[in-house]
Amino acid sequence: MSQTLNIQNLHASVDGNEILKGLTLEVPKGEVHAIMGPNGSGKSTLSKVLAGHEDYEVSEGTVTMDGVDLLELEIDERSRAGLFLAFQYPHEIPGVTNANFLRAALQARLPKGEEIDAVAFYKDMYAQMDSLSMDRKFTGRAVNDGFSGGEKKRNEILQMMMLDPSYAILDETDSGLDIDALKIVAEGVNRMRSPERGFLVITHYQRLLDYIVPDVVHVLFDGQIIKTGGKELALELEEKGYDWVTQELAPA
Amino acid sequence: MADSATLEAVNIDQDAGNFTYPEDYEHDAGYGLTSETIDYISDIKKEADWIREFRHKALKVFNEKPMPTHWASKDLENIVFDNIRYYLSKGQKPTRSWDEVPDDVKETFERLGIPEKERKFLAGVEAQFDSEAAYSNVKEELEKQGVIFVNSTEGLREHPELFRKWFGKVIPTGDNKFSALNSAVFSGGSFIYVPPGVKVAHPLQAYFRINAENFGQFERTLIIVDEGAEVTYMEGCTAPKFETATLHSAVVELVAMKDAKIQYITVQNWSNNVFNLVTKRGMAHENAEIRWIDCNIGSRLTMKYPGVIMKGRKARGEVISIALANDGQHQDTGAKMIHAADETTSNVVSKSISVGEGRSTYRGQVHIPKHLKGCKNNTECDALLINSNSRTDTYPAITVRGNQHATQHEASVSQVSEEQIFYMQQRGLSEGEAMSLSVNGFVNDLVREFPMEYSVELKRLIDMEMEGSVG
Repeated sequence: MSQTLNIQNLHASVDGNEILKGLTLEVPKGEVHAIMGPNGSGKSTLSKVLAGHEDYEVSEGTVTMDGVDLLELEIDERSRAGLFLAFQYPHEIPGVTNANFLRAALQARLPKGEEIDAVAFYKDMYAQMDSLSMDRKFTGRAVNDGFSGGEKKRNEILQMMMLDPSYAILDETDSGLDIDALKIVAEGVNRMRSPERGFLVITHYQRLLDYIVPDVVHVLFDGQIIKTGGKELALELEEKGYDWVTQELAPA
Repeated sequence: MADSATLEAVNIDQDAGNFTYPEDYEHDAGYGLTSETIDYISDIKKEADWIREFRHKALKVFNEKPMPTHWASKDLENIVFDNIRYYLSKGQKPTRSWDEVPDDVKETFERLGIPEKERKFLAGVEAQFDSEAAYSNVKEELEKQGVIFVNSTEGLREHPELFRKWFGKVIPTGDNKFSALNSAVFSGGSFIYVPPGVKVAHPLQAYFRINAENFGQFERTLIIVDEGAEVTYMEGCTAPKFETATLHSAVVELVAMKDAKIQYITVQNWSNNVFNLVTKRGMAHENAEIRWIDCNIGSRLTMKYPGVIMKGRKARGEVISIALANDGQHQDTGAKMIHAADETTSNVVSKSISVGEGRSTYRGQVHIPKHLKGCKNNTECDALLINSNSRTDTYPAITVRGNQHATQHEASVSQVSEEQIFYMQQRGLSEGEAMSLSVNGFVNDLVREFPMEYSVELKRLIDMEMEGSVG
C-alpha cells in the first residue's frame, strides 16, 4: 500500500463554478509540501475538498490516502482515518471547552465502550500546551471563543498535536500571525515532522516557509499545479511575484 | 465528567422509559370527569369533607373556565377530556421497602434506576405509579429531625394542621383551567415539611411514572420549609409511547418561610404524546430564596411557567430553565416573578433549543408595583435553532412601576451553523455527536447549576435527542 496522499486530476466546483481543474499532487509520508498561489487560485478550495465539505462537488479525479479512497468517506471518517485540516478561520464553539472538545474528538477514535484515560489525557494536553506556550487556562475556555487570531492558530496546532494525524493540511496558518506567534506555530509543526506524517502547507506568502522549510513547493494557479520545485522555488516566487507565474508559466 | 459507574447509574434515556406493564388496577375511576368521579376518588382516599368540597368546587371552576387558546396553542383543543381516566391505582399503600412493592411496579422503577439512585445519593424517595405512590421512604435521621416527606393523601390526613394552612393558597384553584382540573382530581405528589433550622443535605426525590394509556396524572405537591431551613427537591418523569394522548397536569406549591431556601429541580423526559400542563409557584417570605431549575425534554406540548411571589423583604426568586423541542414538540415555558416587597430580587435565565419542526416559546412575566423600592430583576432568554424549520418566540412582559428599581432584559437567538458542524466533524465527531456537543455547550453554564448526577443525566438525554434528530 502506498504511503502517500495522492491527488489525481481533481476537478471540483462550488455553486456550479469549477475551481479545481485537474489538480494532481502527491504528498508521501515524511515530506512537507507547500502549495503557493495567488488569491483565487483554489488553495482553500483544495483544503475544503480534501476535508469533505459538502458545498464542494467533485466531478472528476481521485484522492487516496495510504491507498484508501478518501472521497468515499464522510467528513468525520476522513478525520478518524488520519486527515487533519488546520483551518484558515477556525470556528468558535460557544460553551464547549477546549478540553471537552479535544476529549470528545479523541473519544470518537476509540472503539465503542472504551473510555479515554482522563489522567493521561490531561498530562498529554498540558505538555503540548506548554510546548506551544499556551496558558493552561485555555483548557477551560470555550473553543476559539474570544480568542485572538494568534491564539486560534495555536489552538489549531494543539488539536493537531493531540489528534496525531497521518496527513496534516495547514490552510494559510500564517495569516493573522505576528512574527512571535508564527515562530511558535512553526516550531510546533516542525516538532511534528516525522517519517510517519505528511504535511501540505498552503500559504500565500513565502514568510512561513522560512520557518517551516518544505521539501517540495508547488505553485497553484487557476485550479492546477503549474510548477513544482524545491524550497528555492518559494524564494524565486517571493522575488519575482505571482505575476511572473501567471504570465510566464500559465498554460496558454 | 462522571466515571462510568455514575453514568450507568443515571442511565435513563427515552427508550429506557418506553415500556409498559399490563394493566391490573383495583381502582379505576373510569372514563370522563363528573362529580361522581370526584366522589369516587374522595371515597377511596377516605377524605375529610373539606377536601371533598374543595374538589367539587374546583370541578365547577374547571368546567366554567374556557381553554386559554386565545393566547396558548390550539393544540389544547385536541385534549378529549371524556377519553381520559382520572384515577387508577392498585389500592396499594406506599411501602418503605422496595421488597413490598408489587412486582411490576418495582420492576418499572428498577428499570428506571430509582432504587439505585436512592442508595447512591438521595435522602428520600417517593415513587408514584399512575395515581398513587408505590414507595415512599426518607432517611431515618431526617425523620428524627422532624422532616415530613409523604404523599398528598397522607399529608392531608395525618398532618392537616401543617398543610391545610397553605394548601391551595399559593396557587388558588381558579388560577387557570388546569390548576382547577388538578384541584378537582389531584392524587399523589409530595407533601414535605422541613422544621425550622433543619438543612437537608441530600436531595429528596420524587419520580412520576405513567403506565396506563388514556390516563391523566394529577399529582399535587406542597413543600413548606420553615424558618432558616433548606431543602433540595428533584422530580423526574417518564411515560411509555402510546398511540393516544396522555395528560399530565400537576400543581406544585412551595412556601419558604423567613430565611429559608428551596431548590426545586425538574428533569422531565415525557414521551412525545404527553400534554404536560403544569402550574408551579412558590412564595418566598423575608430573606427567603426559591429557585426553580427546570429541564423540559420530550412531551407533545408543555406549558409551564414556574413563578415566585416575593412576599417578604429581601426575598429572592430564580428560574433557570432549559427546553428542548424536537420534531412534533412544542415547549411553551417561561417564568413569573411577582415582586411584593421591598428589595426583592429575581433572576430568570431561559435557554431553549428548537430542532427540526420543534417549536419553543418563552413567556415571561415580571411584575414590580409602584409602591415598592429597591427591587431588581434580570431576565435572559437565549434560543438556539437547529435547521431552518425550527421556530422560537419570545413574549416577555416586564411591568415595572416606580423609579427605584433595576431591571435588565437580554434575549438572543443563535444557530448552530453548518460551518461549526463541519469544523467539529473535521476533528472526528459524527454529525450527531457534533450537534449534541454544540447543544450541550449552549446549555453548559446552566447545567453547572445542577447536582452532578443530574447534569450527567441531562447531558445523556440531550445526546439521545440529538442523535435521533440527525438523518
